[in-house]
Amino acid sequence: MRITVAPDRCVGAGQCVLNAPALFDQDDDGLVTLLADPGADQESAARVASGLCPSRAITVHEG
Amino acid sequence: MKHTGPAVPRTCPVAAQTAPASDVTDPAMVDFPLRQPGVPFPPPDYADYRDRQGLVLSHLPDGKRVWLVTRHEDVRAVLTNPKISSNPEHEGFPNVGKTVGVPKQDQIPGWFVGMDSPEHDRFRKALIPEFTVRRVRAMRPAIERTVEARLDEMLAAGNTADLVADYALPIPSLVISALLGVPPTDRDFFESRTRVLVSLRGSTEEQRMTAGKELLRYINRLISIKEKWPGDDLVSRLLANGAIAPHELSGVLMLLLIAGHETTANNIALGVVTLLTHPQWIHDDRAVEETLRFHSVADLVSLRVAVEDVEIAGQLIKAGEGIVPLVAAANHDESVFECPHEFDPSRSARSHVAFGYGVHQCLGQNLVRVEMEVAYRKLFERIPNLQLDVPVDGLGIKYDSVLYGLHELPVRW
Repeated sequence: MRITVAPDRCVGAGQCVLNAPALFDQDDDGLVTLLADPGADQESAARVASGLCPSRAITVHEG
Repeated sequence: MKHTGPAVPRTCPVAAQTAPASDVTDPAMVDFPLRQPGVPFPPPDYADYRDRQGLVLSHLPDGKRVWLVTRHEDVRAVLTNPKISSNPEHEGFPNVGKTVGVPKQDQIPGWFVGMDSPEHDRFRKALIPEFTVRRVRAMRPAIERTVEARLDEMLAAGNTADLVADYALPIPSLVISALLGVPPTDRDFFESRTRVLVSLRGSTEEQRMTAGKELLRYINRLISIKEKWPGDDLVSRLLANGAIAPHELSGVLMLLLIAGHETTANNIALGVVTLLTHPQWIHDDRAVEETLRFHSVADLVSLRVAVEDVEIAGQLIKAGEGIVPLVAAANHDESVFECPHEFDPSRSARSHVAFGYGVHQCLGQNLVRVEMEVAYRKLFERIPNLQLDVPVDGLGIKYDSVLYGLHELPVRW
């Protein structure tokens, strides 16, 4: 699994940081940054964060 | 958009409440108000609307036709569709009724919930750094002190209180005033004016308008003080950033106040009632997310209008037609939340749309979560023998305001 983030779409709701803190953070502008590609134990957290993001700024690429 | 239909029926430990017999002659048509005395909230009718094909046609109090959107998937689709606008200046934008006493909200410069992208984005982007998860966590000790101080006063005053007036309303007002940089000596004034603004029963419309004007005047004065003597606060930082012009800033600050005050207060008060009736969850922080979903106080807040013809759930919505996404209906959608009418903090409630969805999803949501968590935790720590002072079905529910909540919450200990 690979994740891409689009900070230009981010609205800073913080759902990703709240639900998958090992994968996502907010930069000084409060916008999404990717900390790491998910290991096997983080894949479901990545899908949750992507599904919750209100501005669809997180894309999960399976495989 | 495919409608997956209701989940396979299973037995829920708590039965869903049923609607009283309807006297409506045309069952296909639904009229406002959706929230009525004697009918539980969310209205049991919402389950029926979710099961219907397409969308549900309704009439607002002003006679205008609007589309009600009730399924979780459809509410998210509406709130992310670029052909659908948040701007109340568009013809056909729904007007659902009484709001708090802010003069001509939608014409205040900087009232960015009523703007669409890209116009909206400049405001949102400037404010995002103020509400990050990290920033909000740093506010927690101050919020705890504020809540403790309220509890000290309540306990010193006797063994009864109205938890709406004495606890739920002051907490968000004091938190917002600290965030904005209102000096401590002015916080009582700020709190008293915000209280009038949201009390539909305790104040006249004229009093609410006056309170709104006084707050706006106060906010303008605060901005000019921060221009001269900047401090370590949101207003000073926004002035230094420059993305929002000083004449727009008063609308932005008023919006933060309105958006964060009564909504949070209603969640605190309703959550306390639910915890008192489900005491096994009293010391479980997961109650916060489930309270947000379960009560969905902002059911009628995410109003929209189609600016181009658009199809949602197979229904054509024409340009100029109003849309009312009902977040309480989406948050009780059986295909997403099993046994939705049960208060069950052990479920995964996080995909609720209580804070809306799309680019307008609540900016202060993580602050609200901390305020609710601290408010419940401290209340039950300090007053473990807290009890309702009226029967649950005797609580004064706000039927006549846009937000769902309680007029008062009498308690004793």
